[in-house]
Amino acid sequence: MARAVSTRRKVFFTVLAWTVGLLIFFPILWTILTSFKSEGEAIMTPPHFLFFDWTLEGYHEVQARSNYFLYMMNSVWLSFGSTLLGLLVAVPAAWAMAFSPTKRTRGILLWMLSTKMLPAVGVLIPIYLIFQKLGLLDTRLGLIVVLFLINLPIIVWMLYTYFKEIPGEILEAARMDGANLRKEILYVLTPMAVPGIASTVLLNIILAWNEAFWTLNLTTHDAAPLTVFIASYSSPEGLFWAKLSAASTLAIAPILVLGWFSQKQLVRGLTFGAVK
Amino acid sequence: MATTNTQATARVMMAPSVIILLLWMIVPLAMTIYFSTLNYNLFNPAETPFIGFLNYEYFLTDPAFLTALTNTLILVLGVLAITVIGGILLALLLDQAMWGAGIVRLLVIAPFFVMPTVSALVWKNMMMNPVYGLIGQFTRALGLGTVDWLSQVPLLSIIIIVSWEWLPFAVLILLTALQSLSEDQKEAAEMDGAGFLSIFWYITLPHIARAITVVILIETIFLLSIFAEIYVTTGGGPGNATTNIPYLVYAQALLQFDVGGASAGGIVAVILANIVAFFLVRLVGKNLET
Repeated sequence: MARAVSTRRKVFFTVLAWTVGLLIFFPILWTILTSFKSEGEAIMTPPHFLFFDWTLEGYHEVQARSNYFLYMMNSVWLSFGSTLLGLLVAVPAAWAMAFSPTKRTRGILLWMLSTKMLPAVGVLIPIYLIFQKLGLLDTRLGLIVVLFLINLPIIVWMLYTYFKEIPGEILEAARMDGANLRKEILYVLTPMAVPGIASTVLLNIILAWNEAFWTLNLTTHDAAPLTVFIASYSSPEGLFWAKLSAASTLAIAPILVLGWFSQKQLVRGLTFGAVK
Repeated sequence: MATTNTQATARVMMAPSVIILLLWMIVPLAMTIYFSTLNYNLFNPAETPFIGFLNYEYFLTDPAFLTALTNTLILVLGVLAITVIGGILLALLLDQAMWGAGIVRLLVIAPFFVMPTVSALVWKNMMMNPVYGLIGQFTRALGLGTVDWLSQVPLLSIIIIVSWEWLPFAVLILLTALQSLSEDQKEAAEMDGAGFLSIFWYITLPHIARAITVVILIETIFLLSIFAEIYVTTGGGPGNATTNIPYLVYAQALLQFDVGGASAGGIVAVILANIVAFFLVRLVGKNLET
C-alpha cells in the first residue's frame, strides 16, 4: 500500500459509492425483481420491493405466447455468425498490418475507422431496396452480412492493437530456427494471438447482440432477434410489466455476464486502442 | 529476406477487408446520392424523374428538419454534458479506496450492456409511467406531484434514458485512464501541501484529458444516430418533439415511402457526421504514433 487510508475515509467512500452504484443499477434490479411478480403485483402501489409472492408466471407466459426461443436463436445466429465472418476477414488484414506495415498502413487503418462513422441512415434506403430485390429482407443471412460490415472496422482495429504487441523478434528467432511460414503461424504466433482474438470475439458478440438500428429496420419476424422482440412490447402489450420484465431479463442476462467479464477489452475496443 | 514477397502476401491478406469496406461505403452511398436527385416514391416506383436538388430544398426548408436538427444537437450536447461530468465524478469516486470496489464497478457499468430497446422500455414503463412508474410514486410520496415524463418533457426524458446507457461507458474509460496515474505523483503533491482541488486541476485532469476527448468524440458518433430509444418510446412525438435526424429520415423513408426525400436527408446526416469524424480521425491518428 502506497499510503495508509484512514478507516473513516474508507467507510465514507464505501457507503457513498455503494449508494450511487445501486442507484444506477436500480432499473435493472427492478426489472429482474418485477419479472418474478404476478401482473397484479407488478403494478401495485405502493410497490413491494422484496416481500411479494415470487412466481415464474411471467417467464411461462413469455415462453408460451411469443415463441421466445425463435428470437433468442436469431440473436445467437446473428451475433455469432457476424463475429465469425468478421474474424475470417479481419484476422489476415490485422496480421498483415501489424507485422508487415507499409507507408500506407496508417492511412488504411484511419480510413477503416472513418467508415464506422458513416451514419446508418445515409445508407438505409439503398440497403433496404437491395435487400428487397435479393430477397434478403428478414433473413438471417442478410442481417449477418450487415452486422459483419458495421463491426468489421472495430474487429480489424482491435486485432491490430493486440497483434502489434506481439514482439517481432520472436518471429525472427523462429525463422532462424528454420520455421516456415505455416509453422511460424501455427506454433509461434497463434498461441500469443489467442487472448486478443478472444477479447475481440467477446466485444463483437456484445455489440451485435445489442444492435438495434438494422435489426429493427430489416427484420419483422423470421430473422428478428431479441431487440425486435422486446420492441414489440412498446405496443399496449407493454402494460403487462411482469411479462415485459421476464422477456427483458432473459434478453439481457447473457450479455450482462459476458460484459462484466470483458470490461478491460471493452475499453480498448471501443476507443480504437486510444485508451488501454 | 524476401521482402517483396512478404509485402505481396500482406497485400493479399488485407485485400478482402479493404475491398469489402470500400464496397460497403461506396455502393450504397452512391445510390443514396443518386436517389436524392429523383422524385422517387415507393407508391409509384415506375416513374422516378430526375429533379435535381429539389429534394434537398424540400428537406432543408421543411420546418421538421430544423426541429430535428435542434433536437439532435440538444440530445447530443445534453447527454455529453451529463455523461462526461458525471463520468469524471464517478470515476474519481470509484478510484478511492473502499470495500467491494469491484462489485460497485460492475453495478455502475451494467447499463451499458443492456440492449437499447430494453432500457428504453424499462424506463418508459416502469420508471417514467405517470401512474405506476417508480419515479412518479416516489415524488408523490414526497408530496411533489407527478410529471408525465414522456408527454410533458419528452426530449429531457430521452436524454435521461440515453445518459443512463452511456454514463457507464464514460466511467469505464475515465476510470481506466485514472488508474494509470501514479500514486507517487499525487503523494508528492500532497506533501507539498496541495489540496484536493488543485491536485485534481493540475495533475488528474491533464492526465485524463486525452481519455475525456476520446469519450466525447466516440459518444458523439453514437449519439448522432440514436434511433431505437426514440422508436420504442415516443415514436418521434409528441408532434416532432423527439424527432432527431435519423428518426426523421427513417420516418420519411419507411413510413411515408418518400425515397428521394429520405435520401436527401440521409446525405445531410452523412455530412453532419463527417464534420465530427474529421476531428476524431485526426485525434486517434495522433495517438497512433505514440
